[in-house]
Amino acid sequence: MAKRAAPEVNAGSMADIAFLLLIFFLVTTTVEKDKGILRSLPQIEPPSDDPVIIKQKNLFTVLLNKNDQLLVEEEQMQVKDLRKAAMEFLDNGGSTDASGNNCDYCQGAKDPSSSDHPDKAIITLQHDRETSYGKYIEVQNELVAAYNVLRNREAKRLYNTTFTKMLADKDDVYYQGDVDKLKERIDVIKKLFPLKLSEAEPKSN
Amino acid sequence: MGKFSKKKGGELPPVSTASLPDIVFMLLFFFMVATVMRDTSLMIENRLPSADQIEKIEKDRSMFIYAGKPSAQYKNFGTEARLQINDKFASIENVQPAVQEARAGLRPELQDRLVVALKVDENTNAGLVSDVKQKLREINALKIMYITNVKKVE
Repeated sequence: MAKRAAPEVNAGSMADIAFLLLIFFLVTTTVEKDKGILRSLPQIEPPSDDPVIIKQKNLFTVLLNKNDQLLVEEEQMQVKDLRKAAMEFLDNGGSTDASGNNCDYCQGAKDPSSSDHPDKAIITLQHDRETSYGKYIEVQNELVAAYNVLRNREAKRLYNTTFTKMLADKDDVYYQGDVDKLKERIDVIKKLFPLKLSEAEPKSN
Repeated sequence: MGKFSKKKGGELPPVSTASLPDIVFMLLFFFMVATVMRDTSLMIENRLPSADQIEKIEKDRSMFIYAGKPSAQYKNFGTEARLQINDKFASIENVQPAVQEARAGLRPELQDRLVVALKVDENTNAGLVSDVKQKLREINALKIMYITNVKKVE
């Protein structure tokens, strides 16, 4: 067989391959987006003469000292146990809310010495100036998680979905469904377990 | 014998370079898409804490405040954690003007929805962060977001 110079490779389809790869990467690459815990700061209230009196049993005090040790309701605790403790406190429903309604959706122990109603239950988080920010966020995350777990439970019970998914749907432009109704439902859930997480100013020493 | 001499004379055809532009364009597009534009260069250490109860940030209505220890090349600023706003070190007094400025730069309908994103190194003292939060409360910039990494759920 006679040896000939190799014929030139047809490069016409190269562009197609390139575009195929280009489109593949376009579809699969996600641009890194920052994520984080969204919180609202309290407004600065003008100093009033009669401070609001909150019963001690409706307060869930979380202290974080400068050695990153956690003190919850005067007992030392590990961060991994905090979520459960906060949930038990919020979900207790021992008594009535401000307008005298019982908490009929609470599944807690109904302990009269713990919180009256999720509407009244307040978690306060106090930290030291020298607490590390990493630990502080860890604690903050657990407390927000406690609320989210309870809200998810209620969303499951009422609407057979999760609160997280409802929030995701609200931001989804392609959501197939009634957005106003969804917002209404989100507000209902938020009202069942209102996020009352107060952050006292740090102790200076 | 003639066959051999023919082979010696025949040279390999040059490799076609017609597809080279395609490859280059492909790479260009890929990097255009995959690269995150960094609008500020960090002058501080910034190892973010991790959390799992997180939401996405909405870039069109947020401004960033960084905090952490000055990084190795800015050693002369000491080892105490500092704030960084835009491209320079800032003190706690600079927070309010910077936030006002950021708010004024937003579209009118978003101005009261400004989110201040705090990118703080996890080894910073939380006291610095609460100073910033106090300053933000004073000018009624109440929505904040603690930027974190995504914690993997075991």
